[in-house]
Amino acid sequence: MKFTLNWLKDHLETEATLDEIVEALTDLGLEVEEVVNPADRLGTFRIGYVKSAEQHPNADRLRVCMVETAAGMQQIICGAPNARAGIKVVVAQPGDYVPGIDTTIQVGEIRGVESHGMMASERELELSDEHDGIIELPEAAEVGQRYIDFAELNDPMIEIAITPNRPDALGVRGIARDLAARGLGTLKSGDVPLVEGAYANPITTHLAADVADKACPVFFGRHVRGVKNGPSPKWMQQRLIAIGLRPISTLVDITNYVTYDRGRPLHVFDADKVHGDLTVRFAKEGETITALDDKEYTLTPEMTIIADEQGVESIGGIMGGAASGCTDETVNVYIEAAYFDPVRTAHTGRALKINSDARYRFERGVDPAFTPDGVELATRLVLDLCGGEPSEVTKAGEVPDTARRYDLDPARVISLVGMDIPRTEQVRILEALGFDCAQPGIVTSTLAAVAGTAPVAESGVISVGIPSWRPDVHGEADLVEEVARVASLTKLEGKPMPREAGIGEPVLSPMQVRTATARRSLAALGLNECVTYSFIQQSSAALFGGGSDATEVANPISSEMSHMRPDLLPGLMEAATRNQARGIADLGLFEVGMAFEGGEPEEDALHATGLRVGHTAPRNAHGTRRPVDLYDAKADAEALLSTLGAPVERLMPLRTAPAWFHPGRSGVLGLGPKNPLAVFGELHPKVVEALDLKGPVVGFTVFPANIPFPKAKTATRAPLALSDLQSVERDFAFVVDADVEADKLLRAAKGADKQLIEAVSLFDVYQGPRVEEGKKSLAIAARLQPKDATLTDDQIEAVAAKIIKAVEKATGGVLRG
Amino acid sequence: MSDIDNLRSTWLTRIADAKDESTLEDARVAALGKKGEVSLKMRELGKMTPEERQVAGPALNALKNELNSALVARKTALADAALEERLRTEWMDISAPSRPGQQGTIHPVSQVTEEVIALFADLGYSVAEGPQIESDWLNFDALNIPSHHPARAEMDTFYMKRAEGDNRPPHVLRTHTSPVQIRHMQAHGAPCRIIAPGRVYRADYDQTHTPMFHQVEGLALGRDISMANLKWTLETFFSAFFGKDVKTRFRASHFPFTEPSAEVDIQCSWENGQVKVGEGNDWLEVLGSGMVHPKVLEAGKIDPTQYQGFAFGMGIDRMAMLKYGIPDLRAFFDSDLRWLRHYGFSALTPPSVSAGV
Repeated sequence: MKFTLNWLKDHLETEATLDEIVEALTDLGLEVEEVVNPADRLGTFRIGYVKSAEQHPNADRLRVCMVETAAGMQQIICGAPNARAGIKVVVAQPGDYVPGIDTTIQVGEIRGVESHGMMASERELELSDEHDGIIELPEAAEVGQRYIDFAELNDPMIEIAITPNRPDALGVRGIARDLAARGLGTLKSGDVPLVEGAYANPITTHLAADVADKACPVFFGRHVRGVKNGPSPKWMQQRLIAIGLRPISTLVDITNYVTYDRGRPLHVFDADKVHGDLTVRFAKEGETITALDDKEYTLTPEMTIIADEQGVESIGGIMGGAASGCTDETVNVYIEAAYFDPVRTAHTGRALKINSDARYRFERGVDPAFTPDGVELATRLVLDLCGGEPSEVTKAGEVPDTARRYDLDPARVISLVGMDIPRTEQVRILEALGFDCAQPGIVTSTLAAVAGTAPVAESGVISVGIPSWRPDVHGEADLVEEVARVASLTKLEGKPMPREAGIGEPVLSPMQVRTATARRSLAALGLNECVTYSFIQQSSAALFGGGSDATEVANPISSEMSHMRPDLLPGLMEAATRNQARGIADLGLFEVGMAFEGGEPEEDALHATGLRVGHTAPRNAHGTRRPVDLYDAKADAEALLSTLGAPVERLMPLRTAPAWFHPGRSGVLGLGPKNPLAVFGELHPKVVEALDLKGPVVGFTVFPANIPFPKAKTATRAPLALSDLQSVERDFAFVVDADVEADKLLRAAKGADKQLIEAVSLFDVYQGPRVEEGKKSLAIAARLQPKDATLTDDQIEAVAAKIIKAVEKATGGVLRG
Repeated sequence: MSDIDNLRSTWLTRIADAKDESTLEDARVAALGKKGEVSLKMRELGKMTPEERQVAGPALNALKNELNSALVARKTALADAALEERLRTEWMDISAPSRPGQQGTIHPVSQVTEEVIALFADLGYSVAEGPQIESDWLNFDALNIPSHHPARAEMDTFYMKRAEGDNRPPHVLRTHTSPVQIRHMQAHGAPCRIIAPGRVYRADYDQTHTPMFHQVEGLALGRDISMANLKWTLETFFSAFFGKDVKTRFRASHFPFTEPSAEVDIQCSWENGQVKVGEGNDWLEVLGSGMVHPKVLEAGKIDPTQYQGFAFGMGIDRMAMLKYGIPDLRAFFDSDLRWLRHYGFSALTPPSVSAGV
């Protein structure tokens, strides 16, 4: 909402400065977004008089002018065709900044002759596109006077943001009312005098039965004959231009003016282009109208329209039609002021994609009680500016009754806001805003006795009547807000809240702790945390088992962000691709966040996902650089699982990783086939290629929610049983089929003697000469830890034999000779 | 006994002259070995008279001890010299780069979220969560934003696609963390103090907006909690968060879910386009807040005549930008490794009240 300071002063008697007004507006909840003060840009330009203009000795098109200025007589070189002796002009002095040419004027020499300033065109002052010559002012202009004062351009424009609850502030008068309530002046009378009609209204308006109850309950119309349309007066044009509207013609400008002045949209028809009576009704399916923006709109039956005998002439509350619009030739005008339902207007406007000042107001709610005044105000302006003779006003339907009252407990205001706002002040504020306060509480005799004041109760609720221009107020809470904002929240003082005695309880849930731990662990493993978008493109989602319609965003901002991610890997891989494009080939990234299995709330799961691409290290002198492989991903997953409390030694490696992994180089770590805690492996070459990534690429995902939480609630650990007896380590090498999994062999060896064998580890895998084709050699070390007595050779041999037998049984492997 | 003196001088010289361990060993054997000169002399003791033996015995023993000591000393000296010689040759270029390690980082959004949690935990707030795909009712209706409310259009909501024939209102990607308020109230009732950090979504993308960002919601309900308590809470938080006294300014505003509502500005200064919080005379809008609307309490199954309280919502990404001087919001979600390394945080410095945030 834009307006100018002088416009505001039409409604507000005030001595307040611009700064005071701006500050108060923001504090009242009418947040000032911009103030444009013409004096900032144009305040330095002053009026001059061209005393003489001689031909420049060295240039045909230039003249050497002697100009009387605020700073005395100055020589100014000018190339404008109209630069001549005897005219009043606008002078820019050396040091002045000229906005239209983005230049600061300096004393200079033009073709050998000194010039001490510039005479400006309208374009140079950014007043219009006019640049055929310099500005010529009438004789009355005084030399030395500021141009903006002479031209009455010195009127600062203020733009405020309007919250959806304040349709009343979409008119200058509503803004003035707020400021008056704050104490920044007095609200002037806004009464609109009635204009007597001279003849019967020749155009009758009918409300169709189905629109009359809600969609358009009331419609006022008036015919004015014999008007003369044309450009509106300068004061009106300047105000409209200042708030960003283009003056069109007096009749149209009047409707825009009243829209901004009172928040009351109007429409004017050229009465001679209206065929027969007007009817307000719902559109018929497929009816069309060419609106005032010269675009054709196809209407549907939920839309309220105004039609004559030939068809649709206006879209109710949104925009008039081009066919019956006013032009410079209009001599008879029909003024419409109606009330249109906010919800329907919003839906129609959204469906037709029309953003008009009328829609903006009707969908927030205009003051229905002001509807008849709207016609009268417009009539007055038409008669004043265009002449003519008015008909009687005709009314179809009834102004909707919005009268309602709510109780306000002043103690509640104080309790909610935490500020001591006296009851009398609360009443004053509400009444200044136009609310009507009846106080059935206990009336003290002293206060009641004060001459001229209404009796004021000391306690008890106040019954508050709501003005017709406040459709947003629906109860006590809204009244509290009105009082609080006018009383000024800036004055609010903080008040401490009590703290619990003692040391606070932990506030995070075990899962929240786990999430934070996962992040820290993965970063500690050398990975960099990313936050990638939750929506990705369909093709990427499809590569990872997603991309279904259920996870589709209906209105994505781009096709790259159309589907909720089924997995965190595609986002990380795309991030890696972007980094590779920037020349970073080796990287490790991770993210902890939600993946989406479906489109319903809570069809999601927490993933902790990491990605390693390229090499383990940059090129270095120590030979530690090697390509990443699946064991890097497995190590990351295991490290995280261990930190999060998963029983890592009990996890089963399963060859059931999803299809976006390399089928031979990926796996799942789980507590059983149905309880996966992590997946890891090399990404499928096709997926890597599809995401434009250069490999090798390995990744993993840990599912933190799947890891069982410890059942015991105690901090006590199981006792540690340490033996002082020497342990013994024995090495074995087994030849097994090449596809035998090491885990199977290790488990078999470990299980051979649960009492004595403390650990078994794999230390070599060999395929090549001296091992048969299709076989491999796995070398393991078993550590034996006696508990009662040092092991004898016989005992050691016996365990070794058990290990060999167990491995043979489990894997078919034989001890390598 | 010039005999013994001669022996001493001969062998001490030989020991001292030994240039390496093997010549030293040769000397030892020649002097003190089974057939060594000194050993042979000791064997001769048996042939001596008791008087002679009484003199020669201790002398020879003393000589033997002296030579043994000299041998050990010489051996140690030789070993020291050998080590010194080895160390002299064992030179490495300490200026050469070490084996590269990997320095992981924590994203600023995570760090700041943890900072906010740590500070509010100290004020007695626990952490509540809710899903990012949310029902239209929880995201809007329950928060007093009915379907025709202009605020709905202004929120730039992302909607989930509905299957043909599914006539339920489409789910939304939550536009704020406020639905968590309702979920928490319904599940736990009043009184309560919670914060709810998380991802939120709005269909907007330009210099200062991304379609996904992070918010933290705050909710405190009790018998007599007021807006003055809210102001204290936020000032206490901001001062701890920015590490200096930060004043706030409350400005009246409107949100459907709070009444009265206030936009909250924090004190700041602007220098060369860089904002500094907690000093100067300017104000920077950082969050929306207010007293929870009675209709919202009712939607949360809480009796508004019994309980009242405040709620607020602020941008985590924005807090991170302000605190750490990060210029561009869009870069938060671009995963540029150079950015992650520059603005990221060490894995081992989680924020805490005891260590500071």
